[in-house]
Amino acid sequence: MIVANDPTLEHIVRGNGLALSAAGSWTARFAPELEQLVVAAERLSGTRANIFIDVSQVSGLDTFGAWLIERLRRNLTTGAVEAQISGLSVNYSTLVDEVRRVKAAPADEVEPVTFSGMMEQIGRSVAGIGGTVLSLVDMLGAVLAAAGRVIRHPRSFRMTSTVHHLEQVCWRAVPIVVLITFLIGCIISQQGIFHFRRFGADIFVVDMLGVLVLREIGVLLVAIMVAGRSGSAYTAELGSMKMREEIDALRTMGFDPIEVLILPRMLALILALPILAFLGAIAALYGGGLVAWGYGGVDPEAFLLRLRDAISIDHFTVGLIKAPVMAAVIGIVACVEGLAVQGSAESLGQHTTASVVKGIFFVIVMDGVFAIFFASIGM
Amino acid sequence: MPPAASDAIIRVRDITVQFGATRVLDGLNLDVRRGEILGFVGPSGAGKSVLTRTIIGLVPKLSGRIEVFGIDLDSAGPRERRGVERRWGILFQQGALFSSLTVRQNIQFPVREYLNVSQRLLDEITIAKLGMVGLKPEVADRFPSELSGGMIKRVALARALALDPELVFLDEPTSGLDPIGAGDFDELVRTLQRTLGLTVFMVTHDLDSLYTACDRIAVLGNGKIIAAGSIADMQASQHPWLQAYFHGKRARAVVT
Repeated sequence: MIVANDPTLEHIVRGNGLALSAAGSWTARFAPELEQLVVAAERLSGTRANIFIDVSQVSGLDTFGAWLIERLRRNLTTGAVEAQISGLSVNYSTLVDEVRRVKAAPADEVEPVTFSGMMEQIGRSVAGIGGTVLSLVDMLGAVLAAAGRVIRHPRSFRMTSTVHHLEQVCWRAVPIVVLITFLIGCIISQQGIFHFRRFGADIFVVDMLGVLVLREIGVLLVAIMVAGRSGSAYTAELGSMKMREEIDALRTMGFDPIEVLILPRMLALILALPILAFLGAIAALYGGGLVAWGYGGVDPEAFLLRLRDAISIDHFTVGLIKAPVMAAVIGIVACVEGLAVQGSAESLGQHTTASVVKGIFFVIVMDGVFAIFFASIGM
Repeated sequence: MPPAASDAIIRVRDITVQFGATRVLDGLNLDVRRGEILGFVGPSGAGKSVLTRTIIGLVPKLSGRIEVFGIDLDSAGPRERRGVERRWGILFQQGALFSSLTVRQNIQFPVREYLNVSQRLLDEITIAKLGMVGLKPEVADRFPSELSGGMIKRVALARALALDPELVFLDEPTSGLDPIGAGDFDELVRTLQRTLGLTVFMVTHDLDSLYTACDRIAVLGNGKIIAAGSIADMQASQHPWLQAYFHGKRARAVVT
């Protein structure tokens, strides 16, 4: 075993000759010291005609040491006279021959950050929005076409897969959705009572709770939770399948990935969101009712009576009509992002983030569009 | 023939590894000597990778003792353990390159963490390592997803060798390579072993690798080493699996 000792590099000037003598361990462990030694020695490059690097005293050599000696030799070589390496033992000569074949490293190009570069980035992002919308429409078309094929050939419908996804996105989501909407219902009710009490209008909290929960907050909140919970899962699943070429494998076996992977997921989501929105609305009303009773003194009977007066079936219908559309938007965004994943783990993370962010964004945009629509038709 | 304690770089004693009710390794003993290339063979699912991963410390063992570089890995403190990890390099079966880093960054990653050297030297060493594993410098700025299977293996080897380790673990290095590529790879391992004085622990299925690259062969079966020795010893063995392995149709094609 070689005893590791500090490396040295001594130089002797003799007439028009320069002799460098290396000793000690020229190994990776001492790389920082070695680099300084070599950088210092490289300054000796000049007019000397004969340069010898003696390595007979070197007790250990690995790629780092061999390369640094080779680099020194190259940098000391001026004009026609080559610097020579002497005293190389047989063991190490193959290693030195190996590094001798190395060409000078191409510099790592770093692009400077400029103002115009930043502007370009912004421009590209804006232009990218068009591409995003286009790919969403493309996916919508592909899913509808696949759905059409499945309707014509019902045997190709993947029941097991759909039920599996339904369990994942609906059944398993029930506890958290119910808990959160329950709490939101409590908060709306408490805040409403607190502020309405000043006008002696405590009872109107029931109107507010009913309209808000059934029409807006219930479905919006559930859609956002589903985008975060299931949209991200879809993107991550499809993305890692894409990375491992599983989607290509499906395609080569004659299966349509849209039909096999995406359609069951979309269908599960479209069925799940109305169910979750309905359960969420009930939980929120229940929570709001409890707070109204305990904190506002509105007893359950009065609450239910008032609720029946305040809200019509329209409010409930509006909420439930929105739910499947929002589910479709979340599902399409998630699948587009999943299929856009490239080879790296980083890309998977970026697309999963984008899936949730875009999903929530489009859900809110859709909600706005629906608000205008329902107002125009007087619902 | 038990080797002297001093020249065993890895000493595995009475290792038992169990997954649930299945006992994968059962009182296994193995020595890897300094400077040799040990080929490790055995039927699929016999636990070759499990042993490798147990030695590296990725799989917990039920009982037994593992010494690497004479250091007992169970009693070693974190600092000592890091010291050992710096001295070995591992080539995973699938390469396990960091997918979000370029080839250059992959190779430089361990160096950057352990050594405080300039970016220039890092770049030069990267190119040198790529050259050693037979790749062109142009590959340096590609991402792992843009490489072929053989190139991934080579880059992974370059990364395993980045810190000039004394010991490398190769998990099926030639699987998935074409015969010429696999032959080159064996040659490469041989050359590196000669030039860098490496000790190589190679899990393999490739008979060519066993014949051309390995100094010694250990065979795993029923959770134990059933035979260890030179290729001639293996051929002479009467064990049925060894008979089938070294005298089968594929083996004859290699020998003749």
